[in-house]
Amino acid sequence: MAWFEKAAEAPLRVPTEAVWTICPSCKAYVEKAEWKATDKVCPRCNYHDRMGCRERVALITDTGSFKELNAQVGPNDPLKFKDSTGAYADKAKATVEKTGIGEAVLTGTATIEKIPVVLAVMDFKFLGGSLGSGTGERILLAAEEALKLRRALIIVSASGGARMHEGIVSLMQMAKTCAATARLKEAGLPYISILTDPTTGGVSASYAMVGDLNIAEPKALIGFAGRRVIEQTIKQKLPDDFQTAEYTQSHGFIDAIVPRKEMKAFLAKILRYASGAC
Amino acid sequence: MAKKTVEQQETVQEVKQTAWDIVQIARHAERPNIADYITFMCDDFVELHGDRLFGDDRSLIGGFATIGGEKVMLIGHRKGRGIEENIEANFGMASPEGYRKAKRLMKLAEKYHLPVVSLVDTPGAYPGCEAEARGQAEAIAHNLEFMATLKTQMVIVVTGEGGSGGALGIAVGDRILMLQNAVYSVISPEGCASILWRDGTKAALAAETLKITAGSLKSLGIIDDIIPEPKGGAHTDAAKAVAAVKKAVLDNLAVLKKINLDTLLQQRYDKFAAMGRF
Repeated sequence: MAWFEKAAEAPLRVPTEAVWTICPSCKAYVEKAEWKATDKVCPRCNYHDRMGCRERVALITDTGSFKELNAQVGPNDPLKFKDSTGAYADKAKATVEKTGIGEAVLTGTATIEKIPVVLAVMDFKFLGGSLGSGTGERILLAAEEALKLRRALIIVSASGGARMHEGIVSLMQMAKTCAATARLKEAGLPYISILTDPTTGGVSASYAMVGDLNIAEPKALIGFAGRRVIEQTIKQKLPDDFQTAEYTQSHGFIDAIVPRKEMKAFLAKILRYASGAC
Repeated sequence: MAKKTVEQQETVQEVKQTAWDIVQIARHAERPNIADYITFMCDDFVELHGDRLFGDDRSLIGGFATIGGEKVMLIGHRKGRGIEENIEANFGMASPEGYRKAKRLMKLAEKYHLPVVSLVDTPGAYPGCEAEARGQAEAIAHNLEFMATLKTQMVIVVTGEGGSGGALGIAVGDRILMLQNAVYSVISPEGCASILWRDGTKAALAAETLKITAGSLKSLGIIDDIIPEPKGGAHTDAAKAVAAVKKAVLDNLAVLKKINLDTLLQQRYDKFAAMGRF
């Protein structure tokens, strides 16, 4: 058999995972060590990759200041939901075990440059950061804690929207969380919302969009309806920058786009301006 | 004797009525819509137009109304009847202008000490390019906060389709009522089927699984009461169906008006805070 007749072998595969991280946005190969040093920001395209909630807490709070609240609140299965891939109860249980965070949001008290706050940080790893009943409950309790302690509330969102598996109960979490943020506002307390990639659907249409300040990370996807749904509805292709943080800011819904490296200092600065309210 | 057999058959059919059958009734073209409620339920109606910011959404309308001698602010989705009206009303899919108009009218209701009656009937908020650009998410989110603390009585009636955030955007209140054949869901059965079953034809199964009928929502503790419909659905006897809604609205307003406003607002907060707390 001549060489040119030889069947193609499996393509040469180098074990890249050990050395490189591939940027999810521009597909650039970035050395793992560099990816870590930049806090998962691509040095080539400035994409801010999704971050775990504990990594995020470490990034924006004073070391060792975070104390988790309401860790016992977890997912519920009011519909006894089952789809083609199995039961939601099993999926939720497996996710809790795998991620070790109990719900799609981690809540607690912390300080940022010594300023005390109540913090809620969502994690996309937990069922796409979906807003379930446990998520809503943790956020409501965080807001009530801020009210009790007279502190600012900061919520970092990362979510595809409501958790379908909990049906109408998940939809009601939008109303529930907004009832809680409304109370903070009535009490004159600061609420700062940080929108990271992605913040869409029921989360963008509830607590994520009603901050005194809405702050976004560069290039984060922010929107209500999904791109595919809109394209199917209007039968047109949407521009590439549609629903990016920059697009959303230019339409008037985001106060500031802040790079990850500067987020902690920026929050501290804002909190000092807001200190008269606490 | 022959009559009895027919009745027996009807009973059998009722037993067999699935969630998907109810979805069809909820979407029926002849189902009483907001125009019918204005005509048959209100002694008087003064439509108020515009959000004072951009436009006047024809998918969500409202104004002063008198129902059985009670002066109220009536708001509600408008699907229209017949293709021309359907198109003008965008099939009941409201834009940010609609939600902002609703908010303006509710604010006016508070100022004039009028209760709010909100009629919900929408497939969902409009998933379009302009709706995103003008802040669909922000418009709905702010309504949720706003309704949670609105200082007047609020009665919500889901009359047809309660489509996700687009429904919830005018549906936070002291009493949530639902017509017997209305549905209320976090996502359309078709949408859920295509995402979780990866098969749009599984909509009937998704409808069943999502528990979107009035009976299911009552047992989940989401709605307060079910308004009975004429046999076969509200469209078979619109006058009777509208009369039942009128009675339910007036009965509930009478109860709510006896409650002190501070207590009412606390009860409203507790009602939503308890949703998804198991």
